[in-house]
Amino acid sequence: MSFIRDDGTWKVKTGHAQMLKGGVIMDVINAEQALIAQEAGAVAVMALERVPADIRTQGGVARMSDPDMIKGIQAVVTIPVMAKCRIGHFVEAQVLQALDIDFIDESEVLTPADEANHVDKWNYKVPFVCGATVLAEALRRITEGAAMIRTKGEAGTGNVVEAVRHARSVLGEIRMLQATPFEELMSIAKNMGAPYELVKYVHENGKLPVVNFAAGGIATPSDAALMMQLGLDGVFVGSGIFKSGNPAVRAKAIVEAVSQFNDPAVIAKVSAGLGEAMVGINISTIPENERMADRGW
Amino acid sequence: MNPRIGVIALQGGVSEHLQMLLNIGCKTVSVRTPQNLHGIDGLIIPGGESTVLIKLLSRWQLISPIKELAGSGTPIWGTCAGSILLSNEITEKNHKVNQPSLELAAVRAERNSFGRQASSFQEELLIKGLDNPFPGVFIRAPLLYPLSPDAEVLCSVNEGAVFIRCGNIWLSSFHPELTNDARIHRMFIEEAVIGSKPGH
Repeated sequence: MSFIRDDGTWKVKTGHAQMLKGGVIMDVINAEQALIAQEAGAVAVMALERVPADIRTQGGVARMSDPDMIKGIQAVVTIPVMAKCRIGHFVEAQVLQALDIDFIDESEVLTPADEANHVDKWNYKVPFVCGATVLAEALRRITEGAAMIRTKGEAGTGNVVEAVRHARSVLGEIRMLQATPFEELMSIAKNMGAPYELVKYVHENGKLPVVNFAAGGIATPSDAALMMQLGLDGVFVGSGIFKSGNPAVRAKAIVEAVSQFNDPAVIAKVSAGLGEAMVGINISTIPENERMADRGW
Repeated sequence: MNPRIGVIALQGGVSEHLQMLLNIGCKTVSVRTPQNLHGIDGLIIPGGESTVLIKLLSRWQLISPIKELAGSGTPIWGTCAGSILLSNEITEKNHKVNQPSLELAAVRAERNSFGRQASSFQEELLIKGLDNPFPGVFIRAPLLYPLSPDAEVLCSVNEGAVFIRCGNIWLSSFHPELTNDARIHRMFIEEAVIGSKPGH
């Protein structure tokens, strides 16, 4: 006797994100970098053509990666391979699903394709991760079907300040909702612009219904441990690794710091001798129309 | 008796196991160092990424203490990635892969056996020892091949075995900790942890 098999369910989408917890997801632009990332202990790799730091300096429209490049990475690593589609670009998302990618990042790092609408993520078997700067934004993305949330931070800057700001907003608003009397939830949902059912869920459970990672500007083991101690579930590192002096060593150190994020002695040990960190950018020097965190809503 | 159960807490689905254990009345320990293993009655190695978990177990000097624990008869249960780490052999596409393991069970784990994430699935399972079907959650799951008669298959799907008991070592390629059904956790505690105590 055998039972019916259901694939692409909410449970296996959110469950996959849960298995990534305590891990570091690394941006890579080719098979060679993907192998370095896997060897260093990355829990998944994000395949993209240009890391955010280069998108920032080179400008132009940033799009989904070339399928050949994605396949090249899939061929050499056994860990999950993620890839980015532009906000609202549901055909890029279809293509990524056809490529059998493990997770799609509907990302503000790429140039948005739709300024009003995000992808209807319920239409896909492959799970999505989306960025958020505040709780309401996270709840809107989850309502659209995102199985994982991350802070937006300000990608490609090597500056953790925006990721901290977004983590503090989302987690702070969760703590506030927990303490809010039940009868005020509807009015809060209305004012936040977030669905009542999810506002109620957060009030009752004190957390998002999906895993919540840090992303955008993380460059050192201490940055990563900071995000973990703030209460996030794991870390994306983009430009911070392969724009640094010694990517293999830095990648391994960040993985180790995340695995023991509450132990300063460990973080001190793994932070030594990493070579140069990526050169950072102060957020105030970035013109407002070039800030990635402001893309999407 | 409220047994103390350790959960390897370096990466993966840790909090889900801890919550399940608390729900059925166990004391829990998050294991990040060899010292955390002292005084535990059982150990769970959670799901996560097996290549990452084995590196971290090695980096934080947990491999020999876990092997000693297993040798002294302490029950150890691995779910998904955890089951891969407990197996004597690891393969992918039926080729041996260059990945060390704890080598504690006469089992070959075939990694990513069902395919990538789009092929992750849910299916009801008939499990030896449970009266009613169990909600199986499979995420980039391995298949488990017994390598000796000591490896007792407790559950199979069409493709092969997904739940094996090998003495005090339990391996499941699915994730009971992602469900609201505590029967397998309870079975592990009652049969492996409490049932193995002298005088019981």
